[in-house]
Amino acid sequence: MTDRIGRWPGAELGPKDLESGAVTTVRYRPEAKFAWSAGEAMSRFLAELQEGRLIARECKGCDRILFPPRMFCEECFRPTDTWVHVRDTGTIETYSISYLDTDARRIIEPILVGVVSIDGASPKMGIMHYFGGMTKDEIRIGMRVKAKWRRPEDRVGSVLDIEHFRPLREGER
Amino acid sequence: MRKVAVVGAGMTLFRRRLQETGKELSFEATRMALDAAKMEIGDVDAVIHGTAPDAFDGVHMKGEYLLDGSGGRRKPYMRVFTGGGTGVFSTIAGYWHVASGLADVALVVNEEKMSSCQPHPQSVFAHIWDPILDRPLKPNLVWIFAMEMNRYMTVHGIPYEDIARVAVKNKRNAVGHPCAQLADPNITLEDVMNSELMAWPVRRLDISPPSDGAAAVVLASEDVVRKRKLRDQAAWIKGVGWCIDSTMWTDRDLFFPEYVNRAAKMAYKQAKITSPRKEIDFAEPYDPFDYKELHHLEGLGLADKGKAGLMTREGITERDGDFPVCPSGGLLGVGNPIAATLGLKVGELYWQLTGQAGKRQIPNEVHTGVTQAWGDLMQYGCVVVMGA
Amino acid sequence: MKVGIVGVGITPFRPSTPEFSWKELMYDGAQRAYADAGIDPRTDVDSFITCAEDYYEGFGIFDEFTPDQLGAVLRPMHTVGGDGIQGLANAYMQIQSGLAEVVVVESHSKASDILTFNGIVAHGLDPIWNKPLGGHPNYIAGLEMDAFLRGSGNTAKDCAHIAAGNRQAALLNSAAAYGARVTPEQVTASPALWAPLRSLDASVPADGCVVLVLAGEKAAHKMEAPPVWIQGIGWASDSPSLETREWVSPQYARLAAAMAYRLAKVRAPAGAFDLAEVDDKFSYKELQHLEALGLAKRGQSGKMARRGDLDGNGRLPTNVSGGSLGCGNVLDASGLHRAAEAALQIRGDAGKHQVDGAKRAVVQSWRGLPTATGAVAILGASG
Repeated sequence: MTDRIGRWPGAELGPKDLESGAVTTVRYRPEAKFAWSAGEAMSRFLAELQEGRLIARECKGCDRILFPPRMFCEECFRPTDTWVHVRDTGTIETYSISYLDTDARRIIEPILVGVVSIDGASPKMGIMHYFGGMTKDEIRIGMRVKAKWRRPEDRVGSVLDIEHFRPLREGER
Repeated sequence: MRKVAVVGAGMTLFRRRLQETGKELSFEATRMALDAAKMEIGDVDAVIHGTAPDAFDGVHMKGEYLLDGSGGRRKPYMRVFTGGGTGVFSTIAGYWHVASGLADVALVVNEEKMSSCQPHPQSVFAHIWDPILDRPLKPNLVWIFAMEMNRYMTVHGIPYEDIARVAVKNKRNAVGHPCAQLADPNITLEDVMNSELMAWPVRRLDISPPSDGAAAVVLASEDVVRKRKLRDQAAWIKGVGWCIDSTMWTDRDLFFPEYVNRAAKMAYKQAKITSPRKEIDFAEPYDPFDYKELHHLEGLGLADKGKAGLMTREGITERDGDFPVCPSGGLLGVGNPIAATLGLKVGELYWQLTGQAGKRQIPNEVHTGVTQAWGDLMQYGCVVVMGA
Repeated sequence: MKVGIVGVGITPFRPSTPEFSWKELMYDGAQRAYADAGIDPRTDVDSFITCAEDYYEGFGIFDEFTPDQLGAVLRPMHTVGGDGIQGLANAYMQIQSGLAEVVVVESHSKASDILTFNGIVAHGLDPIWNKPLGGHPNYIAGLEMDAFLRGSGNTAKDCAHIAAGNRQAALLNSAAAYGARVTPEQVTASPALWAPLRSLDASVPADGCVVLVLAGEKAAHKMEAPPVWIQGIGWASDSPSLETREWVSPQYARLAAAMAYRLAKVRAPAGAFDLAEVDDKFSYKELQHLEALGLAKRGQSGKMARRGDLDGNGRLPTNVSGGSLGCGNVLDASGLHRAAEAALQIRGDAGKHQVDGAKRAVVQSWRGLPTATGAVAILGASG
């Protein structure tokens, strides 16, 4: 049957056809603005970031320290029990060396980004963040890192209150 | 449980930019599938539409917007959406429309018009991230694939060469596909390995392109197949499975897609398959990136963990190999209009199993195939097993 | 095989819920439903379904953000881009196919997170034919109300009666957000912003989450609450194009009802039900839907309303929940909410707004502007 189909539908356009007016277009920009209630767990998480601390929730049902924190345990399906501070040190679980920014534009100095599992939380519990203070040749899975915090007066209650995670130095905790 | 078969399929060209509107693309694919099934829209009891982020086409509730092009007017019409998983999932939803007895004939139509999104469809992916945890870091979609690819390579010690080989295989396979956007008969391993570094370890030719396109399949019950004498062009759905993992992707080890594995186990159980590698003849796993084909083969239980790359290296997954994988050319070779990849996955299984795959026909006899799609934040797996 | 509702969870609807994130709101709805059904979602549920739209939530792929708070991690789950009763239809079909025995259906509104609600509604319009006209999308409801009143012979005063009545009924529903002692005269005096549609003829968004647990016969009989059986279900869409759809009598409602009535073997709908929950996102819609469902003769729904036939102690108690006008517009959760209300009625659990002897209900939904899509479910105490 695929051999018998003579015409496969679709009229291809070139990259300039939309801008040049070769094809009739209609443009629209939606009014789409949102402000999500952070809720109980994330509000506390953000408030603690502003204080230069990372906070998690403990679930006594499965004995896990959940980070990022959440008011319900997704494994036990029950409310979590207590707030627990965790350390601002951790381990690189995975990373990428990116030559693209968020709008897919090329950049010369790569961004080092990845997932860091946080000490004090249950194994593998972590967040995505930037890595700094290391070159793209030095970064590796398993590296021990520590948060580099912004100055207290520059923190606003955001994951960006941490500038990046940098290599843990000898003797540091 | 009623038996359900795919009795016809259709798809449009996949291209970076198509002139047709989303409604027109939906119509073209639908019309082709109905013609293939020797039916008219009046024969259809229910329509299921699959389409991924509304932001691509630029219409809120775009399932509603596309329904007239999809034959849904004055019919029971249902849109399902599981991110990238939609390419195969809509068929699963179509399956239960017929298996339940509520419909004898169901039409499944999938459409995507990524080119509507200006300046680049990439911008939509800014909105798939958690607003508090991820978005402030201004992540690019490629980052998360790069992180998963890195984890997969590092945990298993897989050389990049084994991954790049998949891109070469699929882009060459796509030469036989009439709708292909990126087929390349001459592409080499060096081309892929030397292509522009996007976000290490991902390079440009490791990635499938954004596309416009649509695809459709017609599902029919056993009674309809019998009455309309469609047995020679029917491929039966033997098993379906689907599974979603936690939103908290930074709490998961990305080296193995557990959610694909569970979806596969669910489908294999229904299909009464106990040794998938032996009882299945070929596979169309989801390959938006080359490493994903390997990642998913392992999730599907068709290769041991960390070992899928060996299959490509040894030529096992070539179209004329022992276990063809992505004989269609996959997303890497034909294009990636998200939900419309239905044509490359369920559609390809259908065409291969009924001997209609033309230049792409697998030379060995095939009786059973498995297809899979993946979606969301490294989260969603759905699997369909078909046989003829 | 029979399919029944075995668990109901409704969070109290409110104009806004700043203390909850959408995840925490969903968790609240889910834990209520699971407590009602007496189940553990981690072990007792085979499939989960969410009814949601990306642009109502503000995310590119909302499906990503759903499993954890429903207990669906590493379980079969999917999102329906449709209303809550369409979600119920999926669950019904999954159970009838033998793919699942127990299925959870969830839908919610966190409309208070949307800063540009009308902009989102307008974003659903055809980009070539309608978006360029601009304007507040409620003009479409104004046009439809005008066509309906002319075509059916019902009056604006009939609609005002509904707008007032449903808000008053909501005062007896502790889960409702907008119960109020509004009179028809106040409705008629409210500004005619999209004439003939007046501002009090329109429902207002609210936040809330509804979760239902469905089970096949065998599993249903093992559960705590007595099952409320889904005797029939149907859904349909008319043309999305404003220019080519039927304006006077909503075909989506007629076709969805026909499908549900056929399954439930209902031949004379007008006398078949103890109560009706039909969509009233705009007051005229209640009348339009009653007629399309065959629950009122053409042009007679307004008279029925004014005679008191639709009151809690009338011939066909309609929207005793308070409807969208009284409870708030919870977007795609609306149909699921009405199904939940009807299930509680049939169980005898509807508290202050219980309809005596309620054994069989018809529930109907509409997806709201600018769609011509809706669904119907028939619920009953017997299978």
